Amino acid sequence: MDFLIFKAPMLMVQASLDGILLGILFALIAYGMALQWGVMNIINIAQGDLVILGGYIAYTIYLWGIHPAWGVIISPIIMFFVGWALYKLVINKVVDRDLFISILATFGIAIVFQQLMNFIFGADVVVAQSEYGTTMLFDNSVTLPNSKIFSAFISVLYAVALVIYMKKSRLGRAIRATAQNARAAKILGVDTEKVYAATFGINAALCGIAGALISITLTLHPYVGLPYTVRSFMIVIVAGLGNLPAVAVSGMGLGLFEEFADYILGTEFRIGAVFMLLVLILVYRRFKLSKKREYLK
Amino acid sequence: MMKQKDLILYSGLIILGLAAPYLFSAFKVQLTYLCVLIVLAMTWNLQGGEMGYNTFGNILFYGLGMYLTASVQVGMFFPLAEWTESGGEKTFVHTTAQYFQGIGVGLLVSAIIPAVIAGAIGYAILGLRGHYFAICTLGLGIAAGEIAGGIEIIGAGQGFTTPPFPAEIVDTEARGKFFYFLSFALLVGTFIFVKYIYGSRFRLILNAIRDNEDKAEAMGIQTMKYKIVGWMCSAFFCGLAGGIMGGLIGYIDSTDVAFDGREMGVFMVLMAILGGKGTLWGPVIGATLFHFFKEGLWTLILGWQYVALGVLIVVIVVYFPEGLMGWLREKYPERFGEVIDDKDRKAQVELK
Repeated sequence: MDFLIFKAPMLMVQASLDGILLGILFALIAYGMALQWGVMNIINIAQGDLVILGGYIAYTIYLWGIHPAWGVIISPIIMFFVGWALYKLVINKVVDRDLFISILATFGIAIVFQQLMNFIFGADVVVAQSEYGTTMLFDNSVTLPNSKIFSAFISVLYAVALVIYMKKSRLGRAIRATAQNARAAKILGVDTEKVYAATFGINAALCGIAGALISITLTLHPYVGLPYTVRSFMIVIVAGLGNLPAVAVSGMGLGLFEEFADYILGTEFRIGAVFMLLVLILVYRRFKLSKKREYLK
Repeated sequence: MMKQKDLILYSGLIILGLAAPYLFSAFKVQLTYLCVLIVLAMTWNLQGGEMGYNTFGNILFYGLGMYLTASVQVGMFFPLAEWTESGGEKTFVHTTAQYFQGIGVGLLVSAIIPAVIAGAIGYAILGLRGHYFAICTLGLGIAAGEIAGGIEIIGAGQGFTTPPFPAEIVDTEARGKFFYFLSFALLVGTFIFVKYIYGSRFRLILNAIRDNEDKAEAMGIQTMKYKIVGWMCSAFFCGLAGGIMGGLIGYIDSTDVAFDGREMGVFMVLMAILGGKGTLWGPVIGATLFHFFKEGLWTLILGWQYVALGVLIVVIVVYFPEGLMGWLREKYPERFGEVIDDKDRKAQVELK
C-alpha cells in the first residue's frame, strides 16, 4: 500500500475524471431504484443483476457482429419486457407487503438470475469491445477511454429523456400520481396495477441501458450484480427519493470515492470499501437523526 | 417443573442425537451440518423472529468465528503468517495435544470476540430500523468477506487451510465423531439457552421491541440495551458454530466459506422463516426440513441447485411468510394454548 496518488497530481485528475464518468452511470441505475422505491415501496436486491443481464444482452449482440453500442437501444427494449414479466410473476405479490418480504423475494430472484446467467453466458469475465479508442489529455498523462465518455453522454441523454417523459406523458403523470397517493390515484381512474408494471419495466429498461454501457466500459461477470445494487441503494439514501439532481451529484460522489479508494487502499479492497461506506453512511445518518430522537424509516 | 411429556420428548431427542453418529455412520458430516444449521436458524430467530430486526449480518459472526478459531489454533504454536504462506502444507504439524488445546482455546476466543464485536457495533447499527437495518447488515457481511479476502496473514484470496486432524489418532471415524459431538453439544447448549430465554422476561421485552419499539421505550424499557444483549447472544453462538464448521471443512475461503452471504447467510433466514419465525421449534423444524430437502435434491438437480434455491426463497417468502408453525397455529390454535371461542371465530370470518 503506497500513496502514489498524493505524489502524482496527474493521477488525481485521472481518478477524478474516471470517478465522475463512472458516477454518472451509477446515478442512472440509482434513478431506476429511486423510481421503484418511491412508486411501489420495493427495495429491489436484483437491481444489479438486471444491470448485468442488460449487459449480457449487449454482449450477445456484440457476439453476433453488431456494434455493442446498439445495445443501448436494444437492451432496454428487451429488459422492459423482462421487468414487466418479473412484475407479473413475483413482484405484484409483494408490493403491499412488508419491505423485508420484498428484500428477500428479490434476493431470491437475484440468485436465480445469477445462476441462469452463469449457465447461459459462462462464468468468464467478458467485455464487449467498442473500439472507440482513447482520448489523451495533459501531455498524455491522463488517458480516458472514449467509451467512458460515450457512456456518460448516453446516460445523461436517457436521464433527461426520462425526466421529460415523466413530466409530460400520460403514463409519466400516472406514475407520479401513484407515487404521491396510490389510493387517490386509483379512485381517480388510474390503473395502478398497470402503473406498477410499467414502473418496474422502466426500471428494468434503465438497468438495461446501464448494463449495455457497462459491457463496453467495464467488465461483465454473472456474480457482480450485488455491488451495483448496493451502490444504487447508497445513492438513493443519500439523495432521497425523487430528487434527480441530488441523485446525479451523489452518484458522481460515489464514483469519485471509489476511484480514490482504489488508488489509496488497493483494488482488492474496492468492493469492500463500497460496502463499508454504505454501513458508515447509514450509521452516520442514524446518529444525526437520533439527536432529534428520530430514526431512519 | 418440566412436564412428563416434555421430559420424554427431550430425553428421546438427546438419546437420538447421541446415537445418531453410530446409527447413521456414513452421514456424520451431514449431521454436523444439520446441528450447525439449527444453531444458526435458532440464533437468527432471536433477531428476526423475536426482536423484529431482520438481519443478514449474523454471517459476520459466523465467519469471524471461523477465522478466529483457525488462527488461534495455528497461532498458538506456529507463526501464522508462514502457515498461510505455505498454504497449510506439511511444514508444521500439530501434535494431538496441541490440536485439541488449540481448538479449545480457539473456540473460546471465537465465542467471545464476536460477542464483543456485536456489542461494540450494536449501538451504532441497531439504531437503524426495518429495511435499513437489513441492508446495513447485508453490507456489513459482504464488506467483511471482501476485506478478509484482502488480508495477507489469514490467507487473503487463496484461502486458509485449517490444521488437519492429528494423524496420531488412527481411528478413521474419530474426526467425524469429534466434530459431530462438538456441534451436538453446541446445539444442546443453544437450545437450552434459547428455551430459557423463551420463558424469561427478556423474551417479552424483545417481543415488545418487535411489536412497537416506540411504545416499548415509552414504557420505560431501555430498548437499546436489550437489543445489544440480544445481538451479543446470537453472535456468541454464531461464532462457535463458525469455529466448528471451519475445523470440519478444513479450508476457509473468505467469500465462499466464511462470509458466505450467498449460502449460509441466506440459509439461516430461510430456515427460520420456513419453520416459522418467533417460535421455539420453528427454526429447528425449518432447518431440519431444509437440510433434508437440500441434501436430497442437490444431487438430483446438480448444477441447478442455486436456481432451485432462488425459486424456493421466492416461493417461501411470497406464499408462506408465516412458515410451518404459523400455518399449524392458524389451523390448530388450540394446540398452541390459544383459546378461541366460536363467537370470536365468527367475528373473524365476518371481518374477512
